[in-house]
Order: sequence, then structure tokens, then C-alpha cells
Amino acid sequence: MSDTVSTPRSFQEIILRLQTYWATKGCAILQPYDMEVGAGTFHPATTLRSLGDQPWAAAYVQPSRRPTDGRYGENPNRLQHYYQYQVLIKPSPPDLQDLYLGSLEAIGVDMALHDIRFVEDDWESPTLGAWGLGWEVWCDGMEVSQFTYFQQVGGHDCHPVSGELTYGLERLAMYILGVDHVMDMPFNDPQTPIPLTYGDIFKQTEEEYARWNFDVANTDVLLRQFEEAEAECEKILSQDHVDPKTGKRIVMAHPAYDQCIKASHMFNLLDARGVISVTERQAYIGRVRALAKQCADAFVQTRAGGWTPEGAA
Amino acid sequence: MPDLLIELFSEEIPARMQKRAGEDLQKRITDGLVEAGLTYASAAAFTTPRRLCLTVEGVVGESPTLREERKGPRADAPEKAIEGFLRGAGLTRDQVVTRPTPKGNVLFAVIEKPGRPAADIIAEVLAQTVRDFPWPKSMRWGSGALKWVRPLQSILCILADEAGAQVVPGDVDGIAFGDTTEGHRFMAPGRFSVTSFEDYEAKLKRSFVVLDSQARAETIWHDATNAAFASGLGVVEDAGLLAEVAGLVEWPVVLMGEIGSDFLDLPAEVLQTSMKEHQKFFSVRNPKSGQIERFVTVANRETADNGATILAGNEKVLSARLADAKFFWENDLRVAKSDMSIWTQALENVTFHNRLGSQADRIGRIAALARDLAPVVGADADMAEEAARLAKADLSSEMVYEFPELQGLMGRYYIEASGRDAAIAAAAEDHYSPLGPSDKVPTAPVSVAVALADKLDTLTGFWAIDEKPTGSKDPFALRRAALGVIRLILDNGLTLPLGGTFGPHAWSDNLLAFFHDRLKVYLRDQGIRHDVIDACIAMEGNDDLTLLVNRARALSATLATDDGENLIQGFKRANNILSQAEAADGVEYSFGADRKYAETDEERALFDALDQADARIVPAMDAQDFATAMAAMAALRGPIDAFFEAVQINTDAQTVRRNRLNLLSRIRTLCLSVADLSKIDG
Repeated sequence: MSDTVSTPRSFQEIILRLQTYWATKGCAILQPYDMEVGAGTFHPATTLRSLGDQPWAAAYVQPSRRPTDGRYGENPNRLQHYYQYQVLIKPSPPDLQDLYLGSLEAIGVDMALHDIRFVEDDWESPTLGAWGLGWEVWCDGMEVSQFTYFQQVGGHDCHPVSGELTYGLERLAMYILGVDHVMDMPFNDPQTPIPLTYGDIFKQTEEEYARWNFDVANTDVLLRQFEEAEAECEKILSQDHVDPKTGKRIVMAHPAYDQCIKASHMFNLLDARGVISVTERQAYIGRVRALAKQCADAFVQTRAGGWTPEGAA
Repeated sequence: MPDLLIELFSEEIPARMQKRAGEDLQKRITDGLVEAGLTYASAAAFTTPRRLCLTVEGVVGESPTLREERKGPRADAPEKAIEGFLRGAGLTRDQVVTRPTPKGNVLFAVIEKPGRPAADIIAEVLAQTVRDFPWPKSMRWGSGALKWVRPLQSILCILADEAGAQVVPGDVDGIAFGDTTEGHRFMAPGRFSVTSFEDYEAKLKRSFVVLDSQARAETIWHDATNAAFASGLGVVEDAGLLAEVAGLVEWPVVLMGEIGSDFLDLPAEVLQTSMKEHQKFFSVRNPKSGQIERFVTVANRETADNGATILAGNEKVLSARLADAKFFWENDLRVAKSDMSIWTQALENVTFHNRLGSQADRIGRIAALARDLAPVVGADADMAEEAARLAKADLSSEMVYEFPELQGLMGRYYIEASGRDAAIAAAAEDHYSPLGPSDKVPTAPVSVAVALADKLDTLTGFWAIDEKPTGSKDPFALRRAALGVIRLILDNGLTLPLGGTFGPHAWSDNLLAFFHDRLKVYLRDQGIRHDVIDACIAMEGNDDLTLLVNRARALSATLATDDGENLIQGFKRANNILSQAEAADGVEYSFGADRKYAETDEERALFDALDQADARIVPAMDAQDFATAMAAMAALRGPIDAFFEAVQINTDAQTVRRNRLNLLSRIRTLCLSVADLSKIDG
């Protein structure tokens, strides 16, 4: 089958092929979450939906921001804003490795010529109170994906276990397209009347954000926003489960989690501004983790999180 | 007798866990079989990234029948007693026998535990082994509750003999035992069945899987060295990396690649570390220049293009990695050549320990101490202080942040680049040494000063805040630090009494005792007995380790001679008699033995010998020449033995008795001036 798959011509074609592939494998193709996050894992479709006993299968592109990785668009491999492709299936199917390898073939990796390896990599997110076991997947010595079986999220044991796949899209695409600098990568089809490279779209924003992230962002404002988000998250979660207006049971796990995401991003920005010392760092991470845990606690009190009136009774 | 073959097939097992897992599988299964009464001839375990395999040859077909006899009450005992006995044995009245005994007719229950077929036992032992397997870290997957290192996909378990192979009936959490497995994930997909270990191993080989990790390692090493040799190069040996790589592939294919010419001027250690840590590459060295010029990577498959695509990919990844390393190196060199104080200042924000301050605080203490120690080790005080101030500066460098294992070494490169004295640069690399009992000990004076200061500050600091090692817990590696100090002092022959004051933290007797304990362990490994060391620790100046060890070595050598060994007996005899007499008389016989009261030749000879010994020992001890002093002491053995042979100490003539006791006291005093011989065993 490998020789029937053509090599993609652009970054977006790789994304489209992944979308099609995972759609045919039964995933709901979701859209990116509409907030700033550091990784695809932060999308509630992964963090919250990996909790509880309800089956789940979703795939999506998630724009991700890591302010400290900004290099003004000059480093061939580093960006403060980049894309992850994320797949989460619960319970993890027995053939998840094969499904994953199928996705590589679908985007033009010829299994007969490349050396694919599953190399031990235990995943842990101190900010989400989450960990899992799995691998980094290597293609000819390059890490192209992260493959994890979630064991715990937000302090809760995962039952059943979700299988999570995370593709670093730019790096993977650069390899498949044979591009050495991310900014030179064709974003749309190079044969098109208006061909656009990754640099045409993102070189300017990388510069702008690098300057803002490193030197301009108002740290007093960021710090205040961190604390406001933290307070709001806790306030939301302290509300009675029964809405006094409608009389319905409405646990507001998602609005609270939005505030947790916001706090996490504020922390990342503060970190990039270099105003967080080594000792303070741990304290901030602990505060975000405490929020994530409370959101997880709330989510398992919702129907999507597996709560039932019968179970509660 | 049948052979047992087990294979636990899973998703990729971390390389570092495979060897131990093979051993655990073999131990747990064979122990379980033996415990259930199944003996076997031999067993061997094998591992690949996707499987644990165990072959057990010559398993007996079933466990032996066990017969147990239980004695009960007399046949005419009350009904209740008999009922209780029957219930306990699980038998009815007509199933027990009555036998005459000296106590009359007694009931006996004969319980037979019939032997069980090997298959039943194996199924139980295997299921139990899988459930309780001691993985360092294990996980659940899907909806199941079973834990394994990564998802367990199939279990092969067959008993094979001349008649053929049988699947052992059984399962673990829904994974039924079978007789099939898979070959190489990409080169030979699909399952196949096997009938014996030989069949299994041969079919795996045809399916591009080398079962034996040792064989894979040998192939890798052989092919790698051949490829390098053909280009006039050599592979840098790394047994740990070889074992790891052998655990990452089922079908090793060695490929040798180029390092971009831009990167060849990076320090060899940086190239090596980056290639090993990030890419698991072997370094290939040019023996003429000593430079790392190429790399060897090990792929897990053959390809139609003979690995060209794989190699090109690996070279590209390496270039990206080395571009990072070069970026760090160049940035660091810029700092090193302009102003390294940027790095030392940054250490003010790095906590060393919350009760011992920042790294910068610690470095300040070490620098002051290195300065104090400089005259003792023959180093220039200014240079020792500067070396100590810079020795840990590289902790702030980008390269060490990326590769912590290069600490010290990068310090040396950067200090050299800054144009400072080579001795200061060398101290940065050497001051962590020695890291163990066989690690090399620095000898350059500046390095010794900084190495000692570093370790003494750590020890006195943690002692001051009462963070001492307990049992197996030694989180701050204080035992290693103490051994380091011991080896630095001994190997360099330093006279450095530890009772002095080192920096702001007070010295303590407890810390000295800790040093003495570590010293005993160290010297025991060199064949010096603990009682010999105790005899020397009991002497003045026991905080001067060079003195202490010289004394111990001389004493140990003396005790190894016939004279020495017998002298101890003579000393002990003299000491015992004297102690008893002193206890009985309530006085101390310590002075005034006079030759004129001597009655026998043996007494007079002993006086002469003691005078001669004194004349030799006193100046020898003043010169700390323990060998001479102890030889002189050992020479007393003959006169002392002759004295005890011929002379009765306790006579009625009180003057003569007192004189003889005072003479014994001279023996005691003289011997104890050399070492506390009362501490010697035997």
C-alpha cells in the first residue's frame, strides 16, 4: 500500500490527510479550543474527556503557545506558536499502534524505507496533575510523535485508559516535505497561483510575539490576571451543583477549567518574562495543578464525566 | 519429559528494563514450578523490545502424589472428639482406619494429595507471574485491570515433546494462552505458530528477529567496528549504550554516517554526549587526530536503498542537535571570554539547600576555605581562591544546563578560553573528584585545595544542620564526600589535622567518628583489620589521617610477622597481670623499676632490651617513623617471652614483686606509646 500513497506537497495537505485518516477511523474531528494553551493536551476534549467511563474518540489540530520558545522566527526549528495534532481514544483500542502507523503512511511516510521506533518516554504534566506511560516515536532518529496511555489526570486514576497521540506538526511536516527551515515550508500548494510559505504567514507574528513575550508584556497585569483567573475558577467550583434559577443540576466544570487554562498561560508568559525564580516556579505550578484537580473533581460530577443520578444515590 | 516454552508478547518494552525482566520471568516461573513439585532440567530467558521468552527443558509430566497421615483420638473416644477429627480431615467414619498402638486402638486418617498434571500447574504459575510481575513501572490499558509494562498483546505457552506440542490451557484477564507469535513489526508482519523452542527461534530468525540480546549486541559491535575500521577509524567503546541499543532493535542494521564539518571543532565530549544522549549514536574516532569524525547508528530494519533514507534522516537530525550544541558552545565562549562573573552572579539565585544558602553562598565559603588550605597542599593561595570561585561557574552555562553530566569539564574549557592559568581550569574539572573508591584522585595542588574545600564545606555544613546519613539513606552523598577527603589526604600524603576549623561550620567529634568509620571501610578493602585501625584511632592525633594510616599500616605489617604476633601475647599477659595487681593493691605501678632489684638473668636482659627499645622508639616516634618504632617494639618479643618463662612475678619479697610489676609497666608504657595494643583482637 505504501507505494500508492503520494508525497504531500504542503503543510496543510498533511493536516488535511490526518483529519481524513482519523475521520475514517471513527474519530470526531473537533476544532481547536478557542483559548491560548501550551499543548493539545490542555484542550478539554483531552484533559476532561479522559476522565470518567464514557467512551470518547476525538482528533483535532490545536494551536499551541510556548512563549519561552520564541526565537523571532529565526531558529529553523523553534516557534512560540506552533501546531499540534492530537488524537484521544477511550478506551485505548488494542491496535492503537497500528492505527498510528497507518496515519504515518497516510501522510506519505514509506514504511519500507524508514526506521520507525517506539522509544521509552514517560509523560508527566505537573500542571495538570497527570501522567502516563508510552513512547516518543522516532522516524530515522527524529521524534515525530508522543504516544501515551493516560494513567492519571487531575489526580484521578483513568478508568478506562485513554490512548493519546500528539504529533508535532511543523517538525513532522518539515521532515516529510524535506524542508530545513520552518519558515521555508510551503503552507498551501506551491503550484497554486498564490503560494504561501509558513514564513509568509508566521514570520511576522513570531517576531511580534517574541518581542512582546520577552520584553514588553506587563508583568503586573499578567500577575493580576493569574490571580483573578485562580479566584474565578475557585468561585465557579464553589457554587451549588443545583442551579437556583432553573432548578437543574449544572456542575460548571468547563467554565472553571477555562480559568485554569488562563492561569496556566499567564504563568507561561510570566516565565518568559523571566520574573519567576526557581523556587517560585514550583509554587506557581502547584497552584495551577490545584485548579486542574478541582476541575477534574467537578467534571466527574457531570454526566459527561460519568456521573449518574443512580450512581450518586 | 516435555519442554516448556513461554513468550509474553507486548508493545515496546523500555530497553533499560528488559534484562532484569528476563531474569525475573525465569526466577518466578521456575520457583513456582519447583514449589508445586515440578522439577526441570534447565531454563533460559531471552528478551527483545517486544517479547520476554522463557524456555524450560525437561519438565516432569506431573507433580508427585503426596500422602499425609494424621493421628486422631482413640477409637473409643467420645463421639464429639471423633466428629471433630473427621471434620478436620474432611473424611467420613468409614474412610479412616483403626490401628493398635501402645495407647490402645487409635483412629488414623490417610489423606492423599494426588499429583497434578504439569499443564495445570504451569497455567497457574504463569497467570500468577504475569499478575505480580515486578516491573519498575507498569500501566493499565483499554478497559482492563491487568498491569504490564506496556499493553500485553499475546501469551504463548506450549509444552512440547516428541509427540508434538500442546498449548497449555489457561488465560490471564482474557488473554488466552496460545502457540502463535509475531516476527518483525515491519519486515515480517503477521502471526505464525511454533512447536518448540528450536522452531520458535528459527522461525523468528526467518521473520527478522534475533531472539538473544547478547547476539544482537555482538552483531552491532562487530558490524560497527568493521565499518569504522574500513575507513581507518575506531568506535568509541560504550558498554551501556551497546546494551541499550541492543534492547531497541529486533533486527540490528548498523549504519555509519557523517558529522557535518561545521561541528567537528566542538569538544569531543560534547559531540559524544549529544550523540549518545539524544540519538543513541556511537562515536567514531580518528585514532590519528583523536577527533570524533563520524557516528554509528543502529536501525531496526533493512531497506531497499540499503539504509540511505534512514541515514540521511539521522544525519539531518544530528545536524539540528549539533546546531543547538554549537549555539550553546559559542554563546558560552562569549561569556567566558568577556566576563564569567555573569555566571557566578546567576548562582546567587540557585538554592543549594534552604538551610545552607545559595550556590553562590556555598562557593564563597569554599573559596575562603581553599585559600586557608592552600599552604597545606602547596598551592598558591590567590590561585586556589580564584579556582574555587570559578570551579562551579559552568553550572550557569547553557551547555551544562543542556548536558548536566558535562559539569566541570565545560568549566575547564571555558576557564581555559578566558585565558586564565591552566591550573585554575584544571581545578574546575578535577574538584568533583574522586567520586568513588577507584576514581582517580587529583594531585595538582590547586585542584586538591578546591576539591578538599568543596567536600569539607559540604560535610561540615550538613553536619551543622544535622542532615547526616542514616542507614541506606545518604541523599547528599556525604559518605562519598568523606571518602573523597580521605583519599585526597592519603594519596597526596597531606598533613591536615581535621580537628582544625573549616569555614563557618564547627567541626565535631561526631563528624570525626564518621570519618573514622569511612576510613575503616576503605582500609578494610585494602586488607587492614578494623581492630588494627581502632588501636591507632585510640592514639593522639587521630584527626591527622596520614599519621593515623601510616601508624595502622606499620602496625598491620608488624602484626603480620611472627615476632609481632607473639609480642601482642606478651603485651597482653603483662597488661593483665599488671591490671589485676593494680586492682588488688589499689595503686598504679607506673614508675621506678630498678635494675638493682633484678634477681635473674632474664630480668636483667629485659631491662637491657627495654633500654635499647626506648632508645630507638623515642626518636623514631618523634620522627613519626612507625616502621622503625614498631620493629624495635617487636624485637622485645624474645626478652619478654624469656622473662615470663623464667620469672614468677608474685613473690613474697614485696620489693622484688613491686620492682617486677614496675618492669611490666615499662612494657605497657612502651607498647602503648606506639599504638593501643589492648584494642587488638585475640
